[in-house]
Amino acid sequence: MSFVYEKLFGDKKGLIGFCILAALILVVFPVMLDSFRLNLVGKYLTYAFAAVSLVLLWGYGGTLSLGQGIFFGIGGYAMAMFLKLEASSPENTAIQSTPGIPDFMDWNQITELPLFWMPFHSFSFTLFAVLVVPTIFAYIIGAAMFKRRVGGVYFAIITQVVSVILTVLIVGQQGLTGGINGITDLRTLNGWDITSDSAKTLFYFINCFLLLAVIIASRFILTSKFGRILLAMRDKEDRVRFSGYDVANFKIFIFCFAAMISAIGGAMFTLQVGFMSPSFVGIVPSIEMVIFAAIGGRMSLIGAVYGTLLINFGKTAFSESFPELWLFLMGGLFIAVVMFFPNGLAGLWEDYGHHLTKRLDFIKNLFSKSKSAADAIELKGSKS
Amino acid sequence: MNMSTNTDFTLAIEDLTVSFDGFKAVDNLNFYLDRNELHVVIGPNGAGKTTVLDLICGKTKSTSGSIKFLNKELTNLSEHEIVLAGVGRKFQTPSIYENLSVMENLEISYPKGRGVFGSLMFKHDAVVRDKILEVATQIMLEKALHTEAGLLSHGQKQWLEIGMLLIQDPQLLMLDEPVAGMSVKEREQTAELLNKISEGRSVLVIEHDMEFVARIAHKVTVLHQGKILASGDMKDVQKDPKVIEVYLGH
Repeated sequence: MSFVYEKLFGDKKGLIGFCILAALILVVFPVMLDSFRLNLVGKYLTYAFAAVSLVLLWGYGGTLSLGQGIFFGIGGYAMAMFLKLEASSPENTAIQSTPGIPDFMDWNQITELPLFWMPFHSFSFTLFAVLVVPTIFAYIIGAAMFKRRVGGVYFAIITQVVSVILTVLIVGQQGLTGGINGITDLRTLNGWDITSDSAKTLFYFINCFLLLAVIIASRFILTSKFGRILLAMRDKEDRVRFSGYDVANFKIFIFCFAAMISAIGGAMFTLQVGFMSPSFVGIVPSIEMVIFAAIGGRMSLIGAVYGTLLINFGKTAFSESFPELWLFLMGGLFIAVVMFFPNGLAGLWEDYGHHLTKRLDFIKNLFSKSKSAADAIELKGSKS
Repeated sequence: MNMSTNTDFTLAIEDLTVSFDGFKAVDNLNFYLDRNELHVVIGPNGAGKTTVLDLICGKTKSTSGSIKFLNKELTNLSEHEIVLAGVGRKFQTPSIYENLSVMENLEISYPKGRGVFGSLMFKHDAVVRDKILEVATQIMLEKALHTEAGLLSHGQKQWLEIGMLLIQDPQLLMLDEPVAGMSVKEREQTAELLNKISEGRSVLVIEHDMEFVARIAHKVTVLHQGKILASGDMKDVQKDPKVIEVYLGH
């Protein structure tokens, strides 16, 4: 039993960190925030899936992907396609020249639902596609790169290029994908209104539980021998290879897993925000995801969640008042973190957290001492 | 593609050539290694010693020729397949995982859970613990199991890498300059260690330190410009006029 516990939560500190995060997102936010703000936090937390995936891939695996938006987007689009088909029932789209197909197809003179949209009539297929399509796509990219020993900067550039290609493809094929506007106007899931406050609250909690489950699954991977092999590969790839491991397979696996959890985030994004567009697939969102992970701490699964929340709170607060400044601030923050705190917030906590607790203890002691001293003085006074 | 026949040798290298842009780093090499044999390869810089190890372990692909290990052709296998066949190799500069503990370094080298899913499900049980302790004792690091490997002395790092090979129980152990950077006492301990571990397997060592070579070698081969210059007992080799010419003639 203790074995399982250790595998899932790490040491005691890991368990405490996990519980604090769970309490924050499951109790504190829902109690403190109105439903609009809670929905906003829910949206931020979908990005956290991608940030957590980068902790595995970049922090531990040493492979930086500048294309996690690809998988976030595929997951989001898969979910959006299902919802869009439901919203485009023949009754709802009776005024179109071809009723029963999504409105943007009708605007683009498409008269028949394309073949690859067909399976998305089924919700179970959609859930399957959210998990499997990005994983297969990642497998293809990963196998093509890692088997040929392409890594490091080259891998980062190639993933970035793929995300650009995908964006261009989505924007260009307007009739099939909704183009630059994305897939919008999503209303119901199996007849249930997803735009209502109660639905949004429910999605928020589902999202939180999925995120916590992903963190536990990731921790299982990192505490297994696989996790140590990842670290070893980052340090001395050749030594791992000459210890009898097929290094490429390990990289492909972690890349596929990272893709899958990013896609879960994407699907939850669509459900909570009610649309999906190419602006969540391309370079900018992909790099933002890296920044979330870097600032939270690329070696900390939980830190990545805090990094995501913090940056997005900042983004919302600042871009309301100084929209132009925000991008510069975020860029500056990223450079500062990389240069001065390579392990991000989690690293700062590791390094200085105990100073803080020590200081608190010291202050506590001081107070209790001065109190007892005061008591002593009082006692003396009463004697005399 | 190879005409070579099966032999009783652990390692049989025949007509091995590798050329880098026309420069033949290893030129028509024939080399045999027996079980229980500790064979040292010496030679001046650039003689092709490390390249031979690279060829055996698959780091470099040969231009022509054959490398047979227990009658299994290695030249067309990938690096990890060669390791699985039973070949272990230590690199010239200690190649260990500096950020991991000695225990974790040995655990990663433990020959179970080498697949993706095997490693996810790998259990660090009593058998693994005992084996790690046994090897750690052999390489004199049993007290440093929980030390971060990066904090070990240079000599201890060399031992750790040897231990990482021993835990795989390879039939052929290849060591590239195992005593570089070691103190006199550490050299003695290493010699003892190598003599012990050569029982039941074949060991191929590259070394410059002649005193050390004399202490451990069953057989010595001198490599020069990718070719074998002399081979045999240490004493005979040292007396060989061609060897003296190569080492002192320039």
